[in-house]
Amino acid sequence: MQARASVEPAAAIEVRGLSFYYGRFRGLADVSLDVARNRVTAFIGPSGCGKSTLLRTFNRMFDLYPNQRAEGEIRMAGRNVLDPSVDVNLLRAKVGMVFQKPTPFPMTIYENIAFGVRLYEKLSRDAMHARVEWALRKAALWEEVKDKLDASGLSLSGGQQQRLCIARAVAVKPEVLLLDEPTSALDPISTSRIEELVAELKSEYTIAIVTHNLQQAARISDYTAYMYLGELVEFGPTDEIFVKPRKKATEDYITGRFG
Amino acid sequence: MDFRYRRRRYVNAAGLALAAAAMSIGLAALGWILWTLFSSGFAAFAAFGADLFLKSTPAPGTEGGGLANAIVGSAMMVAFATFVATPIGILAGIHLAEYGAHSRLAALTRFVIDVMLSAPSIVIGLFVYAIAVATFGHFSGWSGSLALALIAVPVVVRTTENMLLLVPGSLREAAFALGAPRWKVSLAVALRAMRGGVVTGVLLAVARIAGETAPLLFTALNNQFFTLDMRAPMANLPVVIYNFAMSPYENWQELAWGGAALIALVVLGLNVLARVMFRDRRRG
Repeated sequence: MQARASVEPAAAIEVRGLSFYYGRFRGLADVSLDVARNRVTAFIGPSGCGKSTLLRTFNRMFDLYPNQRAEGEIRMAGRNVLDPSVDVNLLRAKVGMVFQKPTPFPMTIYENIAFGVRLYEKLSRDAMHARVEWALRKAALWEEVKDKLDASGLSLSGGQQQRLCIARAVAVKPEVLLLDEPTSALDPISTSRIEELVAELKSEYTIAIVTHNLQQAARISDYTAYMYLGELVEFGPTDEIFVKPRKKATEDYITGRFG
Repeated sequence: MDFRYRRRRYVNAAGLALAAAAMSIGLAALGWILWTLFSSGFAAFAAFGADLFLKSTPAPGTEGGGLANAIVGSAMMVAFATFVATPIGILAGIHLAEYGAHSRLAALTRFVIDVMLSAPSIVIGLFVYAIAVATFGHFSGWSGSLALALIAVPVVVRTTENMLLLVPGSLREAAFALGAPRWKVSLAVALRAMRGGVVTGVLLAVARIAGETAPLLFTALNNQFFTLDMRAPMANLPVVIYNFAMSPYENWQELAWGGAALIALVVLGLNVLARVMFRDRRRG
């Protein structure tokens, strides 16, 4: 890792000494890592290891639940986003998120995209049309929906709905995209489309993805973090993690000898 | 083993038979009510024809007449009550579901709503009598409307809250994840996802207040004449039915049946509409 330091991209998110609590239960214990800018960072580990919890601290999603709290630092653009003075809505506009289950809003395909854009930008009609098309093209969905933008977002198939959610997140032009098991509810064809999408999007966005699918992590990520019981066990370039992990625990998990 | 299995089958058959019998008794009672109501009511429809909707309630001892004043009076009072109760009920429901998970105010509100839902409607009528009728010194359509609105509000609050609680957390999180403020998430996403259910709640509240008699007895009272003036006592179907059914005049009794059938049809229609709307929403 040290040898490559000179060519390594800057960190978009610097996590330092992060611990997380669900009430009294500690979900994350002293996690520190850097999420590299314009790269894909994958988080792997068994269920309940804290990978989703970690992702949900980056946009302070946990703020919605009163008995959850985080300690430590998550620096983005020089600011600690856990600082109470940070406006969570503005933070979330910069840090988009796509969830495990597709969550189209109960409105038209067009409105699904425009909804987020309108929150922070006032665009003319033409500019909004252009933005919606741009976002749908980014999510490789435009060709399939361009003739039915007025149809309900719920009328799309599962894979299309998930790409709609990615388009929706991309449309507000965030800096970071958080993907929380984005393909675990999808068929293999939809999954591979979304993986291609991630590969294309990383030139413009910093992407953090949680996945249960180790092949997926190996295919699409530049860095991989292996987590277990709320701790970061190993973190490094994906090739190294998968080819010659430094820790026995990582190797056991990757080779399926876990537990 | 074999014996136990056979026994289980007999117990199952007996249970099924009991449940079916209970259901038939319930259905038979309902069928009987509807049959009596509609056979007499439709006879009244036939006897009065269009006059039912065009002429006002007849004076004692006169022939013919209709229910025009009562229909219009009921429609106006119910419409105004709905107009007032809907926004209050929906906003209160939003508060309870979206903001009130842990607040004391919400817990108190929920308790009051429970009490109001189960309060006898005559109590609401007496309350409005005390605060409005006694204060202004006369019965009026406005007081009637107020009493009906007080009955409708808790129904709308409860259905709105229940509907919003059905919105999956993942949908709310998705909206929050875009940086949407809470009020926007509530109105544009959660309420919108459940709009069919919320409209259903409003329709059920309308159906509920359309047939209420007790709160109107002390507030709108009744009026033999046609009026659109809600400051005056106002005719309305439930009270007309109550008065006419007890009267010695045959045409009054017939009108009471006609009015009862009319209300039953409207309430039935509203319930069917509410059901169809909710079903369509759930299909997405």
